[in-house]
Amino acid sequence: MNRKQLYMLIRIIIALVMTVGLQLIDFAGWPRLALYLAVYLIIGFDILKKAWLGIIHGRVFDENFLMAAATVGAFSLALYEKSGDYLEAIAVMLFYQIGEFFQSYAVGKSRRNIAALMDIRPDYANIEEEGKIVRVDPDDVEVGQTIIVQPGERVPIDGVIVSGVSSLNTSALTGESLPRGVSAGDELISGSINMSGVLKARTTKEFGDSTVSKILELVEDSASRKSKSENFIAKFARVYTPAVCYGALALALLPPLFLMLFYGAPVNFATFETWIYRALVFLVISCPCALVVSIPLSFFAGIGGASREGILVKGANILETLSKVRTVVFDKTGTLTKGVFEVNAFHDHGDNDIDVEHKKAKLLEYAAIVESSSSHPIAKSLQQAYGKKVDRNRLSDVREISGKGITAVIDGMTVAVGNEKLMSEMSLAPCRCRTAGTIVHIAIDGKYAGHIVLGDVVKPTSKAAIADLRKSGVTQTVMLTGDARPVAEQMAAKLGVDKVYSELLPADKVSHLEDILNSSKGDTKVAFVGDGINDAPVLSRADLGIAMGALGSDAAIEAADVVLMDDDPMKIGKAIRISRKCLRIVWENIIMALGIKAVCLILGMFGIVNMWLAIFADVGVMIIAVLNAIRVMYVHKV
Amino acid sequence: MNKTFKIEVDCANCANLVEDAARKVSGVKDLTISFMTQKMKVAFEDGADQDSVMAEVLKVAKKVEPDFEIL
Repeated sequence: MNRKQLYMLIRIIIALVMTVGLQLIDFAGWPRLALYLAVYLIIGFDILKKAWLGIIHGRVFDENFLMAAATVGAFSLALYEKSGDYLEAIAVMLFYQIGEFFQSYAVGKSRRNIAALMDIRPDYANIEEEGKIVRVDPDDVEVGQTIIVQPGERVPIDGVIVSGVSSLNTSALTGESLPRGVSAGDELISGSINMSGVLKARTTKEFGDSTVSKILELVEDSASRKSKSENFIAKFARVYTPAVCYGALALALLPPLFLMLFYGAPVNFATFETWIYRALVFLVISCPCALVVSIPLSFFAGIGGASREGILVKGANILETLSKVRTVVFDKTGTLTKGVFEVNAFHDHGDNDIDVEHKKAKLLEYAAIVESSSSHPIAKSLQQAYGKKVDRNRLSDVREISGKGITAVIDGMTVAVGNEKLMSEMSLAPCRCRTAGTIVHIAIDGKYAGHIVLGDVVKPTSKAAIADLRKSGVTQTVMLTGDARPVAEQMAAKLGVDKVYSELLPADKVSHLEDILNSSKGDTKVAFVGDGINDAPVLSRADLGIAMGALGSDAAIEAADVVLMDDDPMKIGKAIRISRKCLRIVWENIIMALGIKAVCLILGMFGIVNMWLAIFADVGVMIIAVLNAIRVMYVHKV
Repeated sequence: MNKTFKIEVDCANCANLVEDAARKVSGVKDLTISFMTQKMKVAFEDGADQDSVMAEVLKVAKKVEPDFEIL
């Protein structure tokens, strides 16, 4: 609770105590008026002041004016009627203030909760100066300088670890709670928390360009990108409040005039009284605060809740688009697959599986040794599968034949490792492999020895993620890939993707996406999911671009609308469900608030609703709407 | 030149109104107020004197919402 809120709370309590006291001890005449007036001023002077300032500054119709007019009106009526019933005016003001207090407290609290979720700003960086560790502003650290991150501290700036072994908690960045082990040579991403050992790192970026700054900027900006419903309500409130004020004025004047002219009602103030009272009730009911507060709060809670799950949404408008996504287009490599090759099978010349371990090992060994000088991803994957250090002394006469493969001499034998073209060049007839994948053929001393099948590894959650999307209401899933057709189709069938376009060049991806965009119906949206490498144009062309595993890739963070901090495709369905929940609650609030108000306004016109019910229609609805909006934040199990 | 200010504003609607009004201050290229993060982002025109622009922004904001504060 801040100072302002505490001050308000004290005022509320004093006013409450005095009001109750006044019910118990009865005064009459002037002392009674004076005491009630005192309570009224204690609880409402700031509203009166704001209403007055509003009038002076030419902004007449706001909530303060509504409340001031309603309460001053009720007070005046009580004075005029000499009824001494000042309670109503005070109750209206008191409940309005209690409502405002509650709103400010609840909104403030959830705002702080959400902000805390997203607050990963490091306060300082440690650098070494003359053998001592000094804390400095992260902004002052230059690229290439060495920073020291102690256990329990947040990594302030991106860098590369120079020395130290530790595990990093990246949950603030990725939502992933498993710590990640790191040691010298590994990348150190700012925003993660060092858990165990002291790390020394050489910075590779300035603070302003570091991951943590990019994320903070993204999150802070997200709240200022307003959604259509927010804009709608802002515009609505601008028209609505004056309309209600004129409506109230008309309600106070027209019916009594009508009655006097046509029904012979007595021409005096008494005829107006009932209608003035009804007009005041009308004013109290109409206050638009429930909507104006709950809608941005819902979106903010949605964005905050999503970010806790490692889903960064760039704005309230994006959350809105996300909820309308019915088609999800995937880039294959890096999103549905890990983007690294793995050895899947060993086949002999007759395309039969080799099931003798030492034969497999020999093929892999030769392939790995021959490819040891190459930096091609396939060569690297072979090294990895081989798993041992390559003894390059066994290797001589390495010849790289561009686009075909490599030949070399190992232990006195000539070994050729490459594709079909290399085999044909050696007049060997390699068998056509039945398995889809990337094939590496091996020939030893001019004889065909067999081939290794390499495949891009599918992420363990990809299949479940596609099924999950379908459950979340996505009607079409499409995969775009540069891979050969059989590989692509086999994978699509395995994962349950509806459509697949294969053998695409990067530029083709944009045109295929455009076709999909054109064929999407009505208000439904098309999302594109990529890993941010080479697909920035596609990301920005889609209705909604989702970049995954985008840590450290500025281009992807820039181009995408939604950034998934880790590379788990399950998060896509989750993001869609979070957005749906958020939008559902927004509409619940709009319909509930407007509905209750509309009913009360009509009943108020006919004098069925009195001031007390009017207060409920205003404050009660607002409290319900705010509580409902806060619900959006809890999205872990969505 | 962009700058972010911490602000204090009590109601969401007031934040919208202050934003509308403060955008019209001369020297301000763009301005957004986030009620939720209680932050105001100001993009200044080139060569504008930031202090005087901000003084004017505060004055305009106070007119709309007397409780508005720049921290």
